[in-house]
Amino acid sequence: MSENSESKPYINFLQAESKHKGIFKWILSTDHKRIGIMYMTGMMAFLLVGITLGFLMKLEMLTPGKTIMDAQTYNAFFTLHGVIMIFLFIIPGLPAVFGNFMLPLQIGARDVAFPRLNLLSWWLYVVGGIFAIASLFLQGGPIDTGWTFYVPYSLRTGTNVSLPLFAAFILGFSSILTGINFVTTVHRLRAPGMTFFKMPLFVWAIYSTAWIQVIATPVVGITIILVIVERAFSLGIFDPALGGDPLLFQHLFWIYSHPAVYIMILPAMGAVSEIIPTFAKRTIFGYKAIAFSSLAIAFIGYFVWAHHMFTTGISDTSRFIFSLLTFLVAIPSGVKVFNWVATLYKGSITPGAPLLFVMMFIFLFSIGGLTGLVLGSLATNVHVHDTYFVVAHFHYVMFGGTVMIFFAALHYWLPKMFGRMYNEKVAKWSIALIFIGFNMLYFTMFILGYEGQPRRYWDYLPQFQTLQIISTVGSWILISGILLMFGNLHRSIKRGAKAEANPWGGKTLEWTIPSPPPVHNFDEIPVITHGPYNYGEEEAK
Amino acid sequence: MSDTVIKNHTENLHEEHVHRDDTGAKMGMWLFLFTELLLFGGLFLLYMAYRLQYYHEFHIAARELNVGIGTFNTIILLTSSMTMALSIAAMQRSRKGLSLFLLASTKILALGFLVNKYFEWSAKFEHGFFPGSDVLIDKPRGEYLFYGMYYAMTGLHALHVIAGMTILVFMFVFITRNSITPTNYVKLENSGLYWHLVDLIWIFLFPLFYLMR
Repeated sequence: MSENSESKPYINFLQAESKHKGIFKWILSTDHKRIGIMYMTGMMAFLLVGITLGFLMKLEMLTPGKTIMDAQTYNAFFTLHGVIMIFLFIIPGLPAVFGNFMLPLQIGARDVAFPRLNLLSWWLYVVGGIFAIASLFLQGGPIDTGWTFYVPYSLRTGTNVSLPLFAAFILGFSSILTGINFVTTVHRLRAPGMTFFKMPLFVWAIYSTAWIQVIATPVVGITIILVIVERAFSLGIFDPALGGDPLLFQHLFWIYSHPAVYIMILPAMGAVSEIIPTFAKRTIFGYKAIAFSSLAIAFIGYFVWAHHMFTTGISDTSRFIFSLLTFLVAIPSGVKVFNWVATLYKGSITPGAPLLFVMMFIFLFSIGGLTGLVLGSLATNVHVHDTYFVVAHFHYVMFGGTVMIFFAALHYWLPKMFGRMYNEKVAKWSIALIFIGFNMLYFTMFILGYEGQPRRYWDYLPQFQTLQIISTVGSWILISGILLMFGNLHRSIKRGAKAEANPWGGKTLEWTIPSPPPVHNFDEIPVITHGPYNYGEEEAK
Repeated sequence: MSDTVIKNHTENLHEEHVHRDDTGAKMGMWLFLFTELLLFGGLFLLYMAYRLQYYHEFHIAARELNVGIGTFNTIILLTSSMTMALSIAAMQRSRKGLSLFLLASTKILALGFLVNKYFEWSAKFEHGFFPGSDVLIDKPRGEYLFYGMYYAMTGLHALHVIAGMTILVFMFVFITRNSITPTNYVKLENSGLYWHLVDLIWIFLFPLFYLMR
């Protein structure tokens, strides 16, 4: 089938002409594939900025006291590192790049439901990014509140708070529009015969994520707007001096921002459910369990927000309930991990780079998940609250979880997106470096945090120095691994070997069309008669 | 394959590409309205929390608001919702002129709402009832917060009225240019849905601020 479509001449989406010229062919394009790649370009740029900030922060922690920057600069750096990594990289994350590119392909559609709205989302993303960056250079200096913007400090500080907050609002709006688009796309544009339970699991994950984007984001939107208005007109709503309650800010903030971590991780879990069957040549184990666990995580994730607030003085009853609910999230997460591992069992495994990333993900995410239980239970939470332990946990789940799968997805879908193969050997070297560097950098933080090193501190006690040095050296190894990987990917896009339509032997619909895909994806919309990973049927024959 | 052939091919694909899905369009609109409800939901939640905390002071502060203007504005918005719905009904029955007339009436009523709001707010400002004013700073904290919530919620609502009016202007242009027709009026319907939401939110704001006193 693939040879057949290869031999037919066609115009792929990278070559396609439109009424616009030059760069406008891209930035005014409503093609979901081009929009996906434009998101990827933007996010890579912001990722590099975020990495640079992280690198400089770790360098500062090499010695106690001042190493390369003063305390105020450090405050600005950890805030910007958080704001850029969260709002500009990991929240748009997999949905914006691979959701845009692959969702229509995987359900057999020619585009998303609202292509022009999709382009608007990208433009809003760019405008939000520009605002966030512009705030660094304006009068007042870069924001120093931490990425959580807690009041009353964010009301009092003289740094530029309103502009980056407005940027976050715009980015949230972009995220909402993407969510609306994807929910509608899944409901309206599935190919004939593709029932909900014949959809690939990546589509299920994107669908669940899109619902969280729609349901949770408006709440943080209004919270952010209120802080901006509060700074301008002193409404009093969050200002304790005027009768307001700063705790309500935290509630409203986390009502969004906790579900937001599931916006970050669910699509990654979806991509894992694609990569594992392909590289194990087996039907996914427990399809429905994985699909429903995505929905369950999306649902339970809505009711756990106050576990970020265990030390703020909220009542014991509510702490107890939120702690219990937090533990419940471990169940659907565990369901997924066990199903993935069961899929690999007795599979015909090809240890390609995407699968190695997935293996690394399962390892790192399990550590992140289990330490999440330490943080979710009340007694231990009080001990490690606001220490490096939290920082390590967060990076294990978000970096070790989502970002590793983002990298895996880059390798997995690169042949489809650009029609080129990456260098497998270099990819494996970069994976090794990333794995070693990552664990040196963040595992030490678990120990440091347990021993009492608070997060966001510019200075530390001399007895922490050995571990801090190991951690900083780890950051160098990690970054060299990431740079090696980007170098490899960049080189592959430019002049890698030509990729076939289906280099991995994948079964989902995107592999049935040539690489890179034609402008309108499918000459004829396929009719679906079987589930997405029908490896079993072939073996039976 | 020559360039012109390629170009024709792409153009054909582009035409094919513009597919129409009214159900999808409405589904997207309902999802968007849902996010709007949640946007206001955050404010309603805050209102509830502060009303419980400062029950008595909210009670007293609400007496300063002008029920007359509030009632008048409620009537205006309800009427505008009706003219909006009738405008869609007229379009369905191919009465383009009538549809345009009703749409224009909706906009005029919306403008009336904003004019009233302007006079209402100016009067409050003159008496020093605005956040940060000396008058309010001396009042108990609950009364200060009442006005904080009042301006935040009715202010955000007023912004939505302005956004709604802008949308209606576009719809007016679309009808005159025949891109909204009796067989293809989903844009007008969606704008109507948005307008009803703006109306509906006011229906909740009105008793919370003006009537609970």
